[in-house]
Amino acid sequence: MISLPGLKHNTGKTLMTHAVLLTYTVIALFPILVIIVNAFKSRKAIFKDPLALPTLDSFSLEGFEQVLGRADFGLYFGNSMIVTLVSLFFVLLFGAMAAWALTEYKFRGNLFLAVLIAMGIMIPIRLGTVSILNLMASLDLVNTLTALVLVYIAQGLPLAVFILSEFIRQVPKELKEAARCDNVSEYKIFFTIILPLIRPAMATVAVFTMIPIWNDLWFPLILAPGESTQTITLGVQQFIGQYVTDWNAVLSSLTLAIVPVLVLYVIFSRQLIRGLTSGAVK
Amino acid sequence: MSQPTAIARRFPWHILFFLAPGLLIYVTFSVYPLLDTLWLGLFQEDETGQRFFAGISNYQTLLLDAAWSEPFWNALWNNTKFFIIHMLVQNPIGLFLAALLSSPRLRLSNTYRTLIFMPTMLSVVIIGFVWQLLLSPIWGISEGFLYSIGLGQYFDAWLGKESSSLITLALISVWQFVGIPMMLIYAAMLSIPDDLIDASVVDGSNAWQTFWHVKLPLILPTIAMVSILTFVANFNAFELIYAVKGALAGPNFSSDIMGTLFYRTFFGFQLQSGSITMGAAVATLMFLIILVGVMLYLFVIQRRMKRFQL
Repeated sequence: MISLPGLKHNTGKTLMTHAVLLTYTVIALFPILVIIVNAFKSRKAIFKDPLALPTLDSFSLEGFEQVLGRADFGLYFGNSMIVTLVSLFFVLLFGAMAAWALTEYKFRGNLFLAVLIAMGIMIPIRLGTVSILNLMASLDLVNTLTALVLVYIAQGLPLAVFILSEFIRQVPKELKEAARCDNVSEYKIFFTIILPLIRPAMATVAVFTMIPIWNDLWFPLILAPGESTQTITLGVQQFIGQYVTDWNAVLSSLTLAIVPVLVLYVIFSRQLIRGLTSGAVK
Repeated sequence: MSQPTAIARRFPWHILFFLAPGLLIYVTFSVYPLLDTLWLGLFQEDETGQRFFAGISNYQTLLLDAAWSEPFWNALWNNTKFFIIHMLVQNPIGLFLAALLSSPRLRLSNTYRTLIFMPTMLSVVIIGFVWQLLLSPIWGISEGFLYSIGLGQYFDAWLGKESSSLITLALISVWQFVGIPMMLIYAAMLSIPDDLIDASVVDGSNAWQTFWHVKLPLILPTIAMVSILTFVANFNAFELIYAVKGALAGPNFSSDIMGTLFYRTFFGFQLQSGSITMGAAVATLMFLIILVGVMLYLFVIQRRMKRFQL
Protein backbone atom coordinates (compact mmCIF):
# COMPACT_ATOMS: atom_id res chain seq x y z
CA MET A 1 0.00 0.00 0.00
CA ILE A 2 1.16 3.49 -0.69
CA SER A 3 1.18 6.02 2.11
CA LEU A 4 -1.34 8.66 1.33
CA PRO A 5 -0.53 12.31 1.97
CA GLY A 6 -3.72 13.66 3.52
CA LEU A 7 -4.25 11.20 6.35
CA LYS A 8 -6.37 13.55 8.47
CA HIS A 9 -8.63 14.25 5.57
CA ASN A 10 -8.99 10.51 5.16
CA THR A 11 -10.15 9.80 8.71
CA GLY A 12 -12.95 12.29 8.16
CA LYS A 13 -13.90 10.53 4.99
CA THR A 14 -13.78 7.14 6.66
CA LEU A 15 -16.11 8.40 9.37
CA MET A 16 -18.51 9.66 6.75
CA THR A 17 -18.40 6.31 4.99
CA HIS A 18 -19.20 4.53 8.22
CA ALA A 19 -22.01 6.95 9.01
CA VAL A 20 -23.66 6.38 5.63
CA LEU A 21 -23.26 2.61 5.72
CA LEU A 22 -24.52 2.43 9.27
CA THR A 23 -27.56 4.51 8.38
CA TYR A 24 -28.37 2.25 5.49
CA THR A 25 -27.87 -0.86 7.62
CA VAL A 26 -30.41 0.53 10.09
CA ILE A 27 -32.85 1.16 7.23
CA ALA A 28 -32.33 -2.40 6.00
CA LEU A 29 -32.85 -4.04 9.39
CA PHE A 30 -35.32 -1.76 11.14
CA PRO A 31 -38.57 -3.25 9.73
CA ILE A 32 -37.46 -6.79 10.46
CA LEU A 33 -36.50 -5.89 14.02
CA VAL A 34 -39.81 -4.14 14.66
CA ILE A 35 -41.66 -7.33 13.75
CA ILE A 36 -39.50 -9.62 15.85
CA VAL A 37 -39.51 -7.31 18.87
CA ASN A 38 -43.28 -6.88 18.84
CA ALA A 39 -43.91 -10.59 18.46
CA PHE A 40 -42.74 -10.93 22.04
CA LYS A 41 -45.08 -8.31 23.45
CA SER A 42 -48.59 -8.27 24.77
CA ARG A 43 -51.36 -7.00 22.56
CA LYS A 44 -51.69 -3.75 24.45
CA ALA A 45 -47.98 -3.05 24.31
CA ILE A 46 -47.85 -3.66 20.57
CA PHE A 47 -50.25 -0.78 20.01
CA LYS A 48 -49.22 1.54 22.80
CA ASP A 49 -45.53 1.66 22.07
CA PRO A 50 -44.62 -0.29 18.95
CA LEU A 51 -40.99 0.76 19.03
CA ALA A 52 -40.24 -0.21 22.63
CA LEU A 53 -38.40 -3.37 23.51
CA PRO A 54 -40.40 -5.90 25.51
CA THR A 55 -40.12 -5.30 29.26
CA LEU A 56 -41.01 -7.61 32.13
CA ASP A 57 -44.47 -6.07 32.03
CA SER A 58 -45.12 -6.22 28.33
CA PHE A 59 -43.39 -9.52 27.53
CA SER A 60 -45.79 -12.12 26.27
CA LEU A 61 -45.71 -15.27 24.16
CA GLU A 62 -49.42 -15.40 23.51
CA GLY A 63 -48.93 -14.91 19.78
CA PHE A 64 -46.62 -17.88 19.51
CA GLU A 65 -48.95 -20.01 21.60
CA GLN A 66 -51.82 -19.13 19.32
CA VAL A 67 -49.92 -19.77 16.12
CA LEU A 68 -48.32 -22.99 17.21
CA GLY A 69 -51.55 -24.24 18.74
CA ARG A 70 -53.92 -23.34 15.95
CA ALA A 71 -52.26 -23.43 12.59
CA ASP A 72 -50.42 -26.34 11.07
CA PHE A 73 -47.10 -24.65 11.25
CA GLY A 74 -45.26 -27.87 11.86
CA LEU A 75 -46.78 -29.45 8.78
CA TYR A 76 -46.09 -26.41 6.59
CA PHE A 77 -42.56 -26.20 7.85
CA GLY A 78 -42.03 -29.89 7.16
CA ASN A 79 -43.44 -29.54 3.65
CA SER A 80 -41.08 -26.67 2.91
CA MET A 81 -38.14 -28.63 4.27
CA ILE A 82 -38.95 -31.71 2.18
CA VAL A 83 -39.53 -29.76 -1.02
CA THR A 84 -36.42 -27.62 -0.57
CA LEU A 85 -34.05 -30.41 0.40
CA VAL A 86 -35.22 -32.93 -2.19
CA SER A 87 -35.16 -30.34 -4.98
CA LEU A 88 -31.76 -29.17 -3.86
CA PHE A 89 -30.33 -32.68 -3.84
CA PHE A 90 -31.44 -33.35 -7.39
CA VAL A 91 -30.47 -29.93 -8.72
CA LEU A 92 -26.96 -30.49 -7.39
CA LEU A 93 -26.67 -34.09 -8.57
CA PHE A 94 -28.28 -33.73 -12.01
CA GLY A 95 -26.77 -30.28 -12.46
CA ALA A 96 -23.26 -31.53 -11.78
CA MET A 97 -23.77 -34.54 -14.03
CA ALA A 98 -25.05 -32.42 -16.90
CA ALA A 99 -22.34 -29.82 -16.42
CA TRP A 100 -19.73 -32.57 -16.56
CA ALA A 101 -21.20 -34.10 -19.71
CA LEU A 102 -21.44 -30.74 -21.47
CA THR A 103 -17.95 -29.56 -20.59
CA GLU A 104 -16.02 -32.83 -20.80
CA TYR A 105 -17.35 -34.65 -23.83
CA LYS A 106 -17.58 -33.56 -27.42
CA PHE A 107 -20.68 -34.88 -29.12
CA ARG A 108 -23.18 -33.76 -31.67
CA GLY A 109 -25.72 -31.34 -30.22
CA ASN A 110 -23.44 -30.34 -27.36
CA LEU A 111 -23.57 -26.63 -28.12
CA PHE A 112 -27.30 -26.73 -28.78
CA LEU A 113 -28.00 -28.37 -25.43
CA ALA A 114 -25.71 -25.94 -23.63
CA VAL A 115 -27.53 -22.96 -25.15
CA LEU A 116 -30.92 -24.55 -24.43
CA ILE A 117 -30.03 -24.91 -20.77
CA ALA A 118 -28.42 -21.47 -20.57
CA MET A 119 -31.65 -19.88 -21.79
CA GLY A 120 -33.34 -21.11 -18.64
CA ILE A 121 -31.24 -18.66 -16.61
CA MET A 122 -32.93 -15.69 -18.23
CA ILE A 123 -36.41 -16.96 -19.14
CA PRO A 124 -38.54 -17.45 -16.00
CA ILE A 125 -40.17 -20.87 -15.73
CA ARG A 126 -43.26 -19.12 -14.39
CA LEU A 127 -44.27 -18.17 -17.94
CA GLY A 128 -44.99 -21.83 -18.66
CA THR A 129 -47.35 -22.13 -15.69
CA VAL A 130 -50.49 -22.72 -17.75
CA SER A 131 -49.00 -25.80 -19.37
CA ILE A 132 -47.23 -26.95 -16.23
CA LEU A 133 -50.59 -27.10 -14.47
CA ASN A 134 -52.09 -29.03 -17.41
CA LEU A 135 -49.17 -31.40 -17.37
CA MET A 136 -49.34 -31.96 -13.62
CA ALA A 137 -53.09 -32.57 -13.87
CA SER A 138 -52.59 -35.21 -16.54
CA LEU A 139 -49.82 -36.83 -14.48
CA ASP A 140 -52.15 -36.75 -11.47
CA LEU A 141 -49.60 -34.75 -9.50
CA VAL A 142 -51.65 -31.68 -8.56
CA ASN A 143 -51.56 -31.09 -4.81
CA THR A 144 -48.50 -33.22 -4.30
CA LEU A 145 -45.07 -32.14 -3.16
CA THR A 146 -43.65 -34.10 -6.11
CA ALA A 147 -45.10 -31.54 -8.50
CA LEU A 148 -43.26 -28.76 -6.69
CA VAL A 149 -40.03 -30.73 -6.57
CA LEU A 150 -40.11 -31.43 -10.31
CA VAL A 151 -40.72 -27.78 -11.16
CA TYR A 152 -38.02 -26.57 -8.80
CA ILE A 153 -35.48 -29.00 -10.24
CA ALA A 154 -36.26 -27.66 -13.71
CA GLN A 155 -36.01 -24.12 -12.37
CA GLY A 156 -32.73 -24.62 -10.53
CA LEU A 157 -30.83 -26.63 -13.14
CA PRO A 158 -29.78 -23.88 -15.58
CA LEU A 159 -27.90 -21.78 -13.04
CA ALA A 160 -26.44 -24.90 -11.42
CA VAL A 161 -25.13 -26.17 -14.77
CA PHE A 162 -23.73 -22.73 -15.58
CA ILE A 163 -21.84 -22.26 -12.31
CA LEU A 164 -20.67 -25.87 -12.02
CA SER A 165 -19.42 -25.91 -15.63
CA GLU A 166 -17.15 -22.98 -14.81
CA PHE A 167 -15.64 -24.97 -11.96
CA ILE A 168 -15.38 -28.27 -13.81
CA ARG A 169 -13.41 -26.49 -16.53
CA GLN A 170 -10.81 -25.56 -13.95
CA VAL A 171 -10.14 -29.16 -12.92
CA PRO A 172 -6.63 -30.00 -14.18
CA LYS A 173 -6.55 -32.25 -17.24
CA GLU A 174 -3.79 -34.39 -15.74
CA LEU A 175 -6.12 -35.75 -13.05
CA LYS A 176 -8.61 -37.09 -15.56
CA GLU A 177 -5.98 -38.35 -17.97
CA ALA A 178 -4.13 -40.20 -15.27
CA ALA A 179 -7.34 -41.87 -14.20
CA ARG A 180 -8.19 -42.82 -17.77
CA CYS A 181 -4.74 -44.33 -18.26
CA ASP A 182 -5.43 -46.50 -15.25
CA ASN A 183 -8.64 -47.64 -16.95
CA VAL A 184 -10.91 -45.96 -14.43
CA SER A 185 -14.45 -45.74 -15.80
CA GLU A 186 -16.02 -42.40 -16.71
CA TYR A 187 -18.60 -42.89 -13.98
CA LYS A 188 -15.96 -43.43 -11.35
CA ILE A 189 -13.98 -40.42 -12.58
CA PHE A 190 -17.02 -38.23 -12.12
CA PHE A 191 -18.22 -39.55 -8.78
CA THR A 192 -14.89 -40.07 -7.03
CA ILE A 193 -12.66 -37.39 -8.56
CA ILE A 194 -14.79 -34.55 -9.94
CA LEU A 195 -17.63 -34.39 -7.44
CA PRO A 196 -15.41 -34.01 -4.37
CA LEU A 197 -13.34 -31.39 -6.19
CA ILE A 198 -16.28 -29.13 -6.98
CA ARG A 199 -17.79 -29.25 -3.50
CA PRO A 200 -17.15 -25.57 -2.76
CA ALA A 201 -18.99 -24.60 -5.93
CA MET A 202 -21.83 -26.93 -4.95
CA ALA A 203 -22.25 -24.98 -1.71
CA THR A 204 -22.60 -21.77 -3.68
CA VAL A 205 -25.14 -23.33 -6.01
CA ALA A 206 -26.97 -24.74 -3.01
CA VAL A 207 -27.52 -21.30 -1.50
CA PHE A 208 -28.69 -19.78 -4.78
CA THR A 209 -31.04 -22.69 -5.37
CA MET A 210 -32.41 -22.96 -1.88
CA ILE A 211 -33.53 -19.40 -1.23
CA PRO A 212 -35.95 -18.98 -4.16
CA ILE A 213 -37.45 -22.41 -3.50
CA TRP A 214 -38.00 -21.79 0.20
CA ASN A 215 -39.50 -18.36 -0.49
CA ASP A 216 -41.59 -19.21 -3.54
CA LEU A 217 -45.27 -18.38 -3.41
CA TRP A 218 -46.36 -18.80 -7.04
CA PHE A 219 -46.01 -22.54 -7.55
CA PRO A 220 -47.29 -23.60 -4.12
CA LEU A 221 -50.29 -21.34 -4.74
CA ILE A 222 -50.99 -22.91 -8.12
CA LEU A 223 -49.73 -26.48 -7.97
CA ALA A 224 -50.19 -27.45 -4.33
CA PRO A 225 -52.62 -25.17 -2.47
CA GLY A 226 -54.22 -28.10 -0.61
CA GLU A 227 -54.23 -28.03 3.17
CA SER A 228 -51.81 -30.95 3.51
CA THR A 229 -49.30 -29.78 0.92
CA GLN A 230 -48.95 -26.10 1.80
CA THR A 231 -45.47 -24.75 2.20
CA ILE A 232 -44.59 -22.32 4.93
CA THR A 233 -44.64 -19.29 2.62
CA LEU A 234 -48.13 -20.10 1.40
CA GLY A 235 -49.20 -21.02 4.92
CA VAL A 236 -48.03 -17.70 6.32
CA GLN A 237 -49.68 -15.83 3.44
CA GLN A 238 -53.03 -17.49 4.09
CA PHE A 239 -52.74 -17.37 7.83
CA ILE A 240 -52.19 -13.63 7.73
CA GLY A 241 -55.14 -13.16 5.42
CA GLN A 242 -57.35 -15.11 7.80
CA TYR A 243 -56.31 -13.64 11.10
CA VAL A 244 -55.28 -10.20 10.05
CA THR A 245 -56.84 -8.60 13.11
CA ASP A 246 -55.03 -10.88 15.53
CA TRP A 247 -51.83 -8.90 15.73
CA ASN A 248 -50.03 -11.13 18.19
CA ALA A 249 -50.56 -14.14 16.00
CA VAL A 250 -49.62 -12.31 12.80
CA LEU A 251 -46.39 -10.93 14.23
CA SER A 252 -45.48 -14.29 15.72
CA SER A 253 -46.17 -16.14 12.50
CA LEU A 254 -44.00 -13.64 10.63
CA THR A 255 -41.22 -14.12 13.15
CA LEU A 256 -41.49 -17.89 12.87
CA ALA A 257 -41.22 -17.62 9.10
CA ILE A 258 -38.22 -15.30 9.30
CA VAL A 259 -36.18 -17.40 11.72
CA PRO A 260 -35.32 -20.36 9.47
CA VAL A 261 -34.07 -18.05 6.73
CA LEU A 262 -32.00 -16.06 9.21
CA VAL A 263 -30.41 -19.24 10.53
CA LEU A 264 -29.73 -20.37 7.00
CA TYR A 265 -28.30 -17.00 6.15
CA VAL A 266 -25.97 -16.95 9.15
CA ILE A 267 -24.69 -20.40 8.22
CA PHE A 268 -24.27 -19.74 4.53
CA SER A 269 -23.71 -16.01 4.18
CA ARG A 270 -20.00 -16.49 3.62
CA GLN A 271 -20.59 -19.00 0.88
CA LEU A 272 -23.22 -16.81 -0.67
CA ILE A 273 -21.00 -13.76 -0.75
CA ARG A 274 -18.06 -15.75 -2.04
CA GLY A 275 -20.27 -17.19 -4.75
CA LEU A 276 -21.55 -13.78 -5.77
CA THR A 277 -18.10 -12.26 -5.85
CA SER A 278 -16.31 -15.10 -7.61
CA GLY A 279 -19.19 -15.53 -10.04
CA ALA A 280 -19.24 -11.90 -11.02
CA VAL A 281 -15.50 -11.51 -11.27
CA LYS A 282 -15.41 -13.92 -14.16
CA MET B 1 -21.66 -61.62 -33.35
CA SER B 2 -18.80 -59.47 -32.27
CA GLN B 3 -19.60 -56.67 -34.72
CA PRO B 4 -22.86 -55.44 -33.08
CA THR B 5 -21.38 -55.55 -29.58
CA ALA B 6 -18.45 -53.48 -30.77
CA ILE B 7 -20.84 -50.87 -32.11
CA ALA B 8 -22.92 -51.04 -28.97
CA ARG B 9 -19.85 -50.51 -26.88
CA ARG B 10 -18.93 -47.52 -28.97
CA PHE B 11 -22.22 -45.80 -28.21
CA PRO B 12 -21.39 -43.25 -25.52
CA TRP B 13 -23.72 -44.53 -22.82
CA HIS B 14 -21.91 -42.53 -20.19
CA ILE B 15 -22.80 -39.23 -21.87
CA LEU B 16 -26.43 -40.26 -21.91
CA PHE B 17 -26.20 -41.34 -18.29
CA PHE B 18 -24.81 -37.98 -17.18
CA LEU B 19 -27.04 -35.84 -19.33
CA ALA B 20 -30.38 -37.64 -19.40
CA PRO B 21 -31.87 -37.13 -15.91
CA GLY B 22 -31.34 -33.38 -15.74
CA LEU B 23 -32.19 -32.79 -19.37
CA LEU B 24 -35.34 -34.88 -19.13
CA ILE B 25 -36.70 -32.91 -16.18
CA TYR B 26 -35.61 -29.57 -17.63
CA VAL B 27 -37.20 -30.23 -21.01
CA THR B 28 -40.38 -31.74 -19.57
CA PHE B 29 -41.09 -29.12 -16.92
CA SER B 30 -39.52 -26.00 -18.37
CA VAL B 31 -38.89 -26.04 -22.12
CA TYR B 32 -41.95 -28.01 -23.15
CA PRO B 33 -44.42 -26.05 -20.95
CA LEU B 34 -43.03 -22.80 -22.28
CA LEU B 35 -43.42 -23.85 -25.92
CA ASP B 36 -46.81 -25.41 -25.20
CA THR B 37 -47.94 -22.15 -23.59
CA LEU B 38 -46.94 -20.20 -26.69
CA TRP B 39 -48.96 -22.69 -28.75
CA LEU B 40 -51.97 -22.67 -26.39
CA GLY B 41 -52.24 -18.91 -26.76
CA LEU B 42 -53.49 -19.54 -30.30
CA PHE B 43 -56.50 -21.56 -29.15
CA GLN B 44 -59.90 -20.78 -27.70
CA GLU B 45 -62.45 -22.75 -25.75
CA ASP B 46 -66.20 -22.82 -26.40
CA GLU B 47 -68.86 -23.27 -23.70
CA THR B 48 -68.43 -27.02 -23.62
CA GLY B 49 -64.72 -26.70 -22.98
CA GLN B 50 -63.86 -27.89 -26.48
CA ARG B 51 -60.63 -26.32 -27.64
CA PHE B 52 -60.28 -25.03 -31.17
CA PHE B 53 -57.61 -23.23 -33.10
CA ALA B 54 -58.27 -19.50 -33.20
CA GLY B 55 -55.12 -17.98 -34.65
CA ILE B 56 -54.23 -14.61 -33.27
CA SER B 57 -57.73 -13.75 -32.11
CA ASN B 58 -56.77 -13.94 -28.42
CA TYR B 59 -54.14 -11.32 -29.09
CA GLN B 60 -56.58 -9.16 -31.01
CA THR B 61 -58.94 -9.29 -28.04
CA LEU B 62 -56.16 -8.63 -25.59
CA LEU B 63 -54.72 -5.67 -27.46
CA LEU B 64 -57.77 -4.14 -29.12
CA ASP B 65 -60.97 -5.05 -27.26
CA ALA B 66 -61.46 -2.32 -24.66
CA ALA B 67 -62.57 -4.72 -21.92
CA TRP B 68 -59.23 -6.51 -22.22
CA SER B 69 -56.88 -3.94 -23.64
CA GLU B 70 -57.46 -1.40 -20.90
CA PRO B 71 -56.27 -3.73 -18.11
CA PHE B 72 -53.48 -4.97 -20.35
CA TRP B 73 -52.02 -1.56 -21.21
CA ASN B 74 -52.56 -0.47 -17.64
CA ALA B 75 -50.59 -3.47 -16.35
CA LEU B 76 -47.85 -3.01 -18.93
CA TRP B 77 -47.48 0.68 -18.16
CA ASN B 78 -47.50 0.02 -14.40
CA ASN B 79 -44.88 -2.65 -14.91
CA THR B 80 -42.76 -0.21 -16.88
CA LYS B 81 -43.04 2.33 -14.07
CA PHE B 82 -42.16 -0.41 -11.58
CA PHE B 83 -39.03 -1.13 -13.62
CA ILE B 84 -38.08 2.52 -14.06
CA ILE B 85 -38.28 3.09 -10.30
CA HIS B 86 -35.96 0.15 -9.75
CA MET B 87 -33.51 1.47 -12.32
CA LEU B 88 -33.57 4.99 -10.91
CA VAL B 89 -33.53 4.13 -7.21
CA GLN B 90 -32.38 0.56 -6.56
CA ASN B 91 -29.41 0.37 -8.88
CA PRO B 92 -27.91 3.81 -8.09
CA ILE B 93 -28.21 3.11 -4.36
CA GLY B 94 -26.63 -0.30 -4.97
CA LEU B 95 -23.80 1.34 -6.89
CA PHE B 96 -23.32 3.96 -4.20
CA LEU B 97 -23.22 1.38 -1.39
CA ALA B 98 -20.83 -0.78 -3.39
CA ALA B 99 -18.53 2.18 -3.97
CA LEU B 100 -18.50 2.93 -0.24
CA LEU B 101 -17.97 -0.71 0.69
CA SER B 102 -15.00 -1.02 -1.63
CA SER B 103 -13.16 1.95 -0.16
CA PRO B 104 -9.69 0.71 0.74
CA ARG B 105 -9.05 -0.52 4.27
CA LEU B 106 -12.64 -0.03 5.35
CA ARG B 107 -13.33 -1.92 8.54
CA LEU B 108 -16.52 -3.90 9.09
CA SER B 109 -17.28 -3.89 5.38
CA ASN B 110 -18.15 -7.60 5.56
CA THR B 111 -20.61 -6.94 8.35
CA TYR B 112 -22.31 -4.09 6.52
CA ARG B 113 -22.56 -6.17 3.38
CA THR B 114 -24.04 -9.14 5.22
CA LEU B 115 -26.60 -7.06 7.08
CA ILE B 116 -27.69 -4.96 4.12
CA PHE B 117 -28.17 -8.12 2.09
CA MET B 118 -30.43 -9.67 4.71
CA PRO B 119 -33.84 -8.42 3.44
CA THR B 120 -33.07 -9.97 0.05
CA MET B 121 -33.09 -13.40 1.67
CA LEU B 122 -36.57 -13.10 3.11
CA SER B 123 -39.76 -14.14 1.39
CA VAL B 124 -41.55 -11.36 -0.43
CA VAL B 125 -44.66 -12.41 1.46
CA ILE B 126 -42.99 -11.54 4.75
CA ILE B 127 -41.56 -8.30 3.39
CA GLY B 128 -44.95 -7.28 2.05
CA PHE B 129 -46.65 -7.72 5.37
CA VAL B 130 -43.86 -6.13 7.35
CA TRP B 131 -44.26 -2.96 5.32
CA GLN B 132 -48.00 -3.14 5.31
CA LEU B 133 -47.94 -3.13 9.08
CA LEU B 134 -45.33 -0.40 9.28
CA LEU B 135 -47.16 1.87 6.87
CA SER B 136 -50.63 1.17 8.16
CA PRO B 137 -52.32 4.23 9.64
CA ILE B 138 -53.75 1.97 12.36
CA TRP B 139 -50.47 0.99 13.87
CA GLY B 140 -48.94 4.31 13.17
CA ILE B 141 -45.27 3.46 13.45
CA SER B 142 -44.34 5.46 10.40
CA GLU B 143 -46.77 8.22 11.28
CA GLY B 144 -45.29 8.54 14.76
CA PHE B 145 -41.82 8.44 13.31
CA LEU B 146 -42.55 11.18 10.78
CA TYR B 147 -44.06 13.39 13.50
CA SER B 148 -41.01 12.87 15.67
CA ILE B 149 -38.77 14.26 12.94
CA GLY B 150 -41.20 17.05 12.14
CA LEU B 151 -42.59 15.65 8.89
CA GLY B 152 -45.84 14.34 10.31
CA GLN B 153 -48.06 16.27 7.97
CA TYR B 154 -46.66 14.30 5.04
CA PHE B 155 -47.94 11.00 6.38
CA ASP B 156 -50.57 9.35 4.27
CA ALA B 157 -51.97 5.90 3.64
CA TRP B 158 -49.55 5.48 0.78
CA LEU B 159 -50.39 1.86 0.08
CA GLY B 160 -54.09 2.59 -0.05
CA LYS B 161 -54.16 5.44 -2.53
CA GLU B 162 -54.38 5.05 -6.26
CA SER B 163 -51.83 7.76 -6.84
CA SER B 164 -49.16 6.29 -4.60
CA SER B 165 -49.67 2.56 -4.11
CA LEU B 166 -47.59 1.42 -7.08
CA ILE B 167 -44.72 3.75 -6.21
CA THR B 168 -44.81 2.63 -2.59
CA LEU B 169 -44.77 -1.03 -3.62
CA ALA B 170 -41.89 -0.40 -6.00
CA LEU B 171 -39.92 1.30 -3.24
CA ILE B 172 -40.59 -1.60 -0.88
CA SER B 173 -39.23 -3.92 -3.57
CA VAL B 174 -36.23 -1.63 -4.00
CA TRP B 175 -35.62 -1.75 -0.26
CA GLN B 176 -35.69 -5.53 -0.32
CA PHE B 177 -33.51 -6.17 -3.34
CA VAL B 178 -30.93 -3.42 -3.22
CA GLY B 179 -28.50 -6.02 -1.88
CA ILE B 180 -28.22 -7.72 -5.26
CA PRO B 181 -26.86 -4.79 -7.33
CA MET B 182 -24.75 -3.80 -4.35
CA MET B 183 -23.14 -7.21 -4.16
CA LEU B 184 -22.59 -7.67 -7.90
CA ILE B 185 -21.13 -4.20 -8.39
CA TYR B 186 -19.02 -4.56 -5.27
CA ALA B 187 -17.58 -7.79 -6.66
CA ALA B 188 -16.80 -6.09 -9.96
CA MET B 189 -15.08 -3.22 -8.15
CA LEU B 190 -12.91 -5.62 -6.18
CA SER B 191 -11.68 -7.13 -9.41
CA ILE B 192 -10.33 -3.81 -10.71
CA PRO B 193 -6.53 -4.08 -10.52
CA ASP B 194 -4.97 -1.86 -7.84
CA ASP B 195 -2.37 -0.59 -10.33
CA LEU B 196 -5.06 1.19 -12.31
CA ILE B 197 -6.39 2.97 -9.23
CA ASP B 198 -2.88 3.82 -8.01
CA ALA B 199 -1.91 5.15 -11.42
CA SER B 200 -4.93 7.39 -11.42
CA VAL B 201 -4.13 8.64 -7.90
CA VAL B 202 -0.51 9.28 -8.86
CA ASP B 203 -1.76 11.21 -11.87
CA GLY B 204 -3.42 13.51 -9.38
CA SER B 205 -7.08 12.66 -9.69
CA ASN B 206 -9.22 12.76 -6.59
CA ALA B 207 -11.52 9.99 -5.37
CA TRP B 208 -14.47 11.26 -7.38
CA GLN B 209 -12.44 11.53 -10.60
CA THR B 210 -10.99 8.08 -10.03
CA PHE B 211 -14.47 6.69 -9.59
CA TRP B 212 -15.88 8.50 -12.61
CA HIS B 213 -13.04 7.95 -15.08
CA VAL B 214 -11.48 4.68 -13.97
CA LYS B 215 -13.85 2.54 -11.93
CA LEU B 216 -17.18 3.33 -13.54
CA PRO B 217 -16.15 2.50 -17.13
CA LEU B 218 -14.69 -0.78 -15.91
CA ILE B 219 -17.85 -1.84 -14.11
CA LEU B 220 -20.20 -0.84 -16.94
CA PRO B 221 -20.61 -4.48 -18.07
CA THR B 222 -21.72 -5.38 -14.55
CA ILE B 223 -24.16 -2.48 -14.51
CA ALA B 224 -25.57 -3.70 -17.81
CA MET B 225 -25.95 -7.18 -16.34
CA VAL B 226 -27.63 -5.79 -13.21
CA SER B 227 -30.01 -3.87 -15.46
CA ILE B 228 -31.08 -6.92 -17.45
CA LEU B 229 -31.49 -8.96 -14.25
CA THR B 230 -33.66 -6.15 -12.87
CA PHE B 231 -35.67 -6.10 -16.09
CA VAL B 232 -36.36 -9.83 -16.08
CA ALA B 233 -37.18 -9.89 -12.37
CA ASN B 234 -39.48 -6.86 -12.61
CA PHE B 235 -41.46 -8.04 -15.62
CA ASN B 236 -41.88 -11.39 -13.93
CA ALA B 237 -42.82 -9.93 -10.53
CA PHE B 238 -45.99 -11.03 -8.81
CA GLU B 239 -45.51 -12.00 -5.16
CA LEU B 240 -45.19 -8.56 -3.57
CA ILE B 241 -48.27 -7.10 -5.21
CA TYR B 242 -50.26 -10.25 -4.52
CA ALA B 243 -49.14 -10.40 -0.90
CA VAL B 244 -49.96 -6.77 -0.19
CA LYS B 245 -52.84 -6.01 -2.54
CA GLY B 246 -54.27 -9.41 -3.44
CA ALA B 247 -55.02 -10.62 -6.95
CA LEU B 248 -57.03 -7.49 -7.71
CA ALA B 249 -53.96 -5.28 -7.35
CA GLY B 250 -55.97 -2.42 -5.92
CA PRO B 251 -56.98 0.22 -5.35
CA ASN B 252 -58.78 0.12 -8.66
CA PHE B 253 -55.98 -1.83 -10.40
CA SER B 254 -53.54 1.00 -9.80
CA SER B 255 -50.85 -1.48 -8.75
CA ASP B 256 -51.66 -4.11 -11.37
CA ILE B 257 -48.62 -5.45 -13.20
CA MET B 258 -48.15 -8.20 -15.78
CA GLY B 259 -47.74 -10.93 -13.15
CA THR B 260 -51.01 -10.15 -11.36
CA LEU B 261 -52.83 -9.69 -14.67
CA PHE B 262 -51.55 -13.11 -15.76
CA TYR B 263 -52.72 -14.69 -12.51
CA ARG B 264 -56.20 -13.17 -12.79
CA THR B 265 -56.58 -14.04 -16.45
CA PHE B 266 -55.53 -17.61 -15.85
CA PHE B 267 -57.44 -18.29 -12.62
CA GLY B 268 -60.24 -15.78 -12.76
CA PHE B 269 -61.39 -13.56 -9.93
CA GLN B 270 -64.74 -12.59 -8.52
CA LEU B 271 -67.15 -12.47 -11.47
CA GLN B 272 -64.72 -13.19 -14.25
CA SER B 273 -63.92 -16.84 -14.79
CA GLY B 274 -60.39 -17.86 -15.60
CA SER B 275 -59.32 -18.83 -19.08
CA ILE B 276 -56.47 -21.18 -19.84
CA THR B 277 -56.00 -19.98 -23.39
CA MET B 278 -56.26 -16.29 -22.54
CA GLY B 279 -53.83 -16.88 -19.67
CA ALA B 280 -51.46 -18.50 -22.14
CA ALA B 281 -51.79 -15.46 -24.40
CA VAL B 282 -50.85 -13.11 -21.56
CA ALA B 283 -47.91 -15.36 -20.63
CA THR B 284 -46.80 -15.31 -24.26
CA LEU B 285 -46.78 -11.52 -24.32
CA MET B 286 -44.78 -11.49 -21.09
CA PHE B 287 -42.39 -13.94 -22.70
CA LEU B 288 -41.99 -11.72 -25.76
CA ILE B 289 -41.34 -8.64 -23.63
CA ILE B 290 -38.69 -10.44 -21.59
CA LEU B 291 -37.21 -11.99 -24.72
CA VAL B 292 -36.85 -8.61 -26.41
CA GLY B 293 -35.07 -7.28 -23.32
CA VAL B 294 -32.72 -10.24 -23.12
CA MET B 295 -31.93 -10.15 -26.85
CA LEU B 296 -31.26 -6.44 -26.68
CA TYR B 297 -28.87 -7.10 -23.85
CA LEU B 298 -27.12 -10.03 -25.50
CA PHE B 299 -26.76 -8.65 -29.01
CA VAL B 300 -26.53 -4.92 -28.55
CA ILE B 301 -25.31 -4.05 -25.10
CA GLN B 302 -23.07 -6.96 -24.25
CA ARG B 303 -21.41 -6.92 -27.67
CA ARG B 304 -20.73 -3.21 -27.46
CA MET B 305 -19.39 -3.64 -23.94
CA LYS B 306 -16.84 -6.16 -25.11
CA ARG B 307 -15.60 -3.85 -27.81
CA PHE B 308 -15.48 -1.03 -25.32
CA GLN B 309 -13.36 -3.08 -22.95
CA LEU B 310 -10.80 -3.81 -25.66
